[in-house]
Amino acid sequence: MAATFFGEVVKAPCRAGTEDEEEEEEGRRETPEDREVRQQLARKREVRLLRRQTKTSLEVSLLEKYPCSKFIIAIGNNAVAFLSSFVMNSGVWEEVGCAKLWNEWCRTTDTTHLSSTEAFCVFYHLKSNPLVFGSCPRKNMQITILTCRHVTDYKTSESTGSLPSPFLRALKTQNFKDSACCPLLEQPNIVHDLPAAVLSYCQVWKIPAILYLCYTDVMKLDLITVEAFKPILSTRSLKGLVKNIPQSTEILKKLMTTNEIQSNIYT
Amino acid sequence: MFVPCGESAPDLAGFTLLMPAVSVGNVGQLAMDLIISTLNMSKIGYFYTDCLVPMVGNNPYATAEGNSTELSINAEVYSLPSRKLVALQLRSIFIKYKSKPFCEKLLSWVKSSGCARVIVLSSSHSYQRNDLQLRSTPFRYLLTPSMQKSVQNKIKSLNWEEMEESRCIPEIDDSEFCIRIPGGGITKTLYDESCSKEIQMAVLLKFVSEGDNIPDALGLVEYLNEWLQIIKPLSDDPTVSTSRWKIPSSWRLLFGSGLPPALF
Repeated sequence: MAATFFGEVVKAPCRAGTEDEEEEEEGRRETPEDREVRQQLARKREVRLLRRQTKTSLEVSLLEKYPCSKFIIAIGNNAVAFLSSFVMNSGVWEEVGCAKLWNEWCRTTDTTHLSSTEAFCVFYHLKSNPLVFGSCPRKNMQITILTCRHVTDYKTSESTGSLPSPFLRALKTQNFKDSACCPLLEQPNIVHDLPAAVLSYCQVWKIPAILYLCYTDVMKLDLITVEAFKPILSTRSLKGLVKNIPQSTEILKKLMTTNEIQSNIYT
Repeated sequence: MFVPCGESAPDLAGFTLLMPAVSVGNVGQLAMDLIISTLNMSKIGYFYTDCLVPMVGNNPYATAEGNSTELSINAEVYSLPSRKLVALQLRSIFIKYKSKPFCEKLLSWVKSSGCARVIVLSSSHSYQRNDLQLRSTPFRYLLTPSMQKSVQNKIKSLNWEEMEESRCIPEIDDSEFCIRIPGGGITKTLYDESCSKEIQMAVLLKFVSEGDNIPDALGLVEYLNEWLQIIKPLSDDPTVSTSRWKIPSSWRLLFGSGLPPALF
C-alpha cells in the first residue's frame, strides 16, 4: 500500500509480481467450466508451425525437415530490415514455413487464416548453398540472434544521454567459442523476452549461440540503427552469406523510404 | 526440470537446499545472492522451466575479467559440497497460472534428488502486521511437521518468533484463523505442499516494505546464520556486520544509470 499526496491509500504494484495471490484463490474455486474455458484459451494460444503456401501444419519440427548448421533469428523491425537487406538479398532464399500465434492482444480473432503480411515469423532457407544447410547433427548448429533495445534500458555509471548510440553488445553461450565483434554485455545488464528465451535454451542444452543486441534511441525503422549491425557481417556466423554490400545499402534505403511515406501523415 | 552443467547429475543426498520465494522487496532473492556470493558457491546446473519469465545476463557474481562472461539464466542451482549446501536462485517472476505447476515440479525434484531439507527465504508485507507484530522483531519462522521433529529444540534455543495465524479473510471479523503470508509469493503454497508431502521445510521471512531492500536482505541472512552458522557468528560489535557478506557485482546501479550532468 502507498499513500498519495491527496491522502488516499492505494495498492502500489509490488515489484516481486505477487499481486496475483487472488489468482491462487481463483484456482481453488475454479469450476469445470472455468477450467474448460481456460484450456481452450491455452490451445488457441499455442504457437503453430505451418508449411509455406499450403499453410498446413508441419508434421515434424522445422529443423528436422531442414537441418542446418547456421540458424539466424532477427527480432524487431530494425534487426529484420538488416537481415532482409544484407543477408537475404545475397543468394536465393526460399520461404519454408512460418509460425502463427495468437493471444488476447492480437486484433484479429481468426487464428487460422492470418495473411502473410500479418505473419509474425517466417522461416527462410538458403537454396544456393546446401552446405550451409547440410544435414549436420544438431550439435554442430550455431545460432545467431539479432535484436534491438532502447538505450535507456542500458545501465551504466554515466548518463545514458551521453552514450554513442546506436551501439552493439553481445551475449554468448558457454559453447560458443568464436569471438564477438563487439564488447560483451556488462553486468548488471540483462535481456528478457524472446531473445532471452532462445539464449536460455541454448545455454542449458549446450548449443553455441550468440545474441547481438543493438542499443538505440530510435525504436522505429531507422537507417542508422540498421547499419549499426554491420560489424556482424565480418564474423564467422555471417561470413560468406553476404555478397554485395553497396547493393544491400541501396535496398535498405528503399525500405526506409517506403516506410516513411506511410508513417508521416503530418508533413 | 534440473539440467546439470556437467555430464552427470551431482549427488545431493543429505544436502540442505536454500531457496528464495519471489516476494515483496525481492528480499529472499537478494539474500540468496549474498549467500552464493559470500560462500563462492559454484554453479552445478539449471532449473529449466517455462513457468518463469525468461531472462539472461552475464555472471552476476563476477569478481574479475576472467569469470565475468559466463551466461546466467533465470533459475540456477549452486552448491558448496563441503557444507552440504545447495542453493537455487530465481531471478524472474512467474508467468500467470504457472506458480502452482512450478511448486509441484520443484518439490518433486527435491524429493528425487535426495535433499534432506529445504529452507525458503521469503518476506511479507509489513503493512499487514497486527499491533503485536508491529512491536516485536520483524523476523518469523515456520516449520513443517516433519522439520519440527528434527530441529524444534535448536529453534527453541534461538528464541525465535513463530509466524502467527491471522484471519483468513481480514475484512470479516468472524472468519477463521490460518497462516497467511501476504506478499510472500509461492511461500504459502510451498509450505502447504511440503506439509502434505512430508518434506522437511523451514520458512524464514521478514516483514518488509518495498524500497531499498538491501538492509532487509542482510538482516535475513544474519537471521539464517544464527541457525546454520554459514559464516562466523556475529560478534557483539554491530559495525562489523555488513562487511562479512560479499555484495555481488551485479548489485551495481540498482537504482538506474548515472545522472546527466545537465540536470545540475
